[in-house]
Amino acid sequence: MKYLDEYRDEKIARGIVAELGRRATRPWVLMEICGGQTHTLMRYGIDEILPAGIELVHGPGCPVCVTSLETIDKAIEIASRPDVTLVSYGDMLRVPGSRIDLFHVKASGGDVRVVYSPTEALKFARANPGRKVVFFAVGFETTAPANAMAVWQAKREGLKNFSMLASHVLVPPAIRALLSSRRNRVQGFIGPGHVCTVMGYREYEDLIREFHVPIVVGGFEPLDLLEAILMLVTQLEEGRAGVENQYVRSVTYEGNRLAQKVMAEVFEVCDRKWRGMGGIPESGLSLREEYAEFDADRIFGTEGVTADEPAECISAEVLQGLKKPTECSAFGTRCTPENPLGAPMVSSEGACAAYYQYRRHGMVAAKDIH
Amino acid sequence: MCLAIPGKILSSTVVNGIRLGRVQFGGITRETCLDFVPEASVGDYVIVHVGFAISRVDREEAERSYELLESMGLLKAEFETDVEAS
Repeated sequence: MKYLDEYRDEKIARGIVAELGRRATRPWVLMEICGGQTHTLMRYGIDEILPAGIELVHGPGCPVCVTSLETIDKAIEIASRPDVTLVSYGDMLRVPGSRIDLFHVKASGGDVRVVYSPTEALKFARANPGRKVVFFAVGFETTAPANAMAVWQAKREGLKNFSMLASHVLVPPAIRALLSSRRNRVQGFIGPGHVCTVMGYREYEDLIREFHVPIVVGGFEPLDLLEAILMLVTQLEEGRAGVENQYVRSVTYEGNRLAQKVMAEVFEVCDRKWRGMGGIPESGLSLREEYAEFDADRIFGTEGVTADEPAECISAEVLQGLKKPTECSAFGTRCTPENPLGAPMVSSEGACAAYYQYRRHGMVAAKDIH
Repeated sequence: MCLAIPGKILSSTVVNGIRLGRVQFGGITRETCLDFVPEASVGDYVIVHVGFAISRVDREEAERSYELLESMGLLKAEFETDVEAS
């Protein structure tokens, strides 16, 4: 494996930053949607090398972070049943529910397992016909096709002991909700490169017609993000608002049609409650009626579960780009990755975790960490 | 969990009508569904998310992205599993 040529990259990065400085004549607030992009920005300190006035705020693009508290509580309730094996992506286990998290269920004897892929959940169900295997499926459009495929396969095979607690979310309705808010500060968006690898960027054109805000689909490397920022600032300075694609290496206008097809076969659009953002119309995916036999919410009767979010955690404002993680009174003290109050501190893609990991403690002195 | 990681297709077979490949990510190899990338064949690089390839990329792109993810320490958590590895 070849190593990065740091010097060349740094030289190009400096060049882009200098160009940004020449083009920006006034302050701009930009948001990256995806948590993976937040990580790159923090890791490379990109927010710190930008010309003064170009501010990055971090969006709701961490699926673990936006999964509603009641969905976590449902997973906990289902996982606590002796006949159930609950299978999920690793980060979900540490997200606090109203009272406990899934790790507590596991520690108390519940059968909770981590998988890397939904196909592993299927394999486990096939190999353990005596267990009710529930796949706790969260994710954005990037993840939905994989999760859809698992259900599609289960139906085709007639697998009776597999079901899904589905809490998929969609990016464009979240952008619409952010832009519709009276408190919105965001003037341009870095679009999520892997979501758009699956979905393309056709649907972002509607947002631009509606709100006249530029969107540049961006990749995940430092230079990708700097280039996306430059493309956004150029549009803003020229008074334009269009969808542009910086991440052409992976993203096409149409996206991955085969992935979209299996998603549409298994899921339908539904209203969804987001942690920190509340209910957003048509912002989620749920199983179609034809796949109702795989719907864990119905099978285990958890449809009525509701929950309120903890008062101290400001993740609502963080996820909407209204506050930075370091503005939270609990950041780095009562809320750490080891003992998270809110989901953005849990997930490796959460904005709070990214700030914590890369030592953006501000007044919370570094001595506290060591 | 929302990371997409580039890897190299080492082999591919069809099991129950599903096209599966062995894909190499640095020192780790994982079974990967290739149904969404019919254009990709053995030796090609693909971007993989939760065990499904979602696009084909060139080798240089794959290597750069992999280095980046590894340097951020995000790969280990991504491949975490306590169901028997495939």
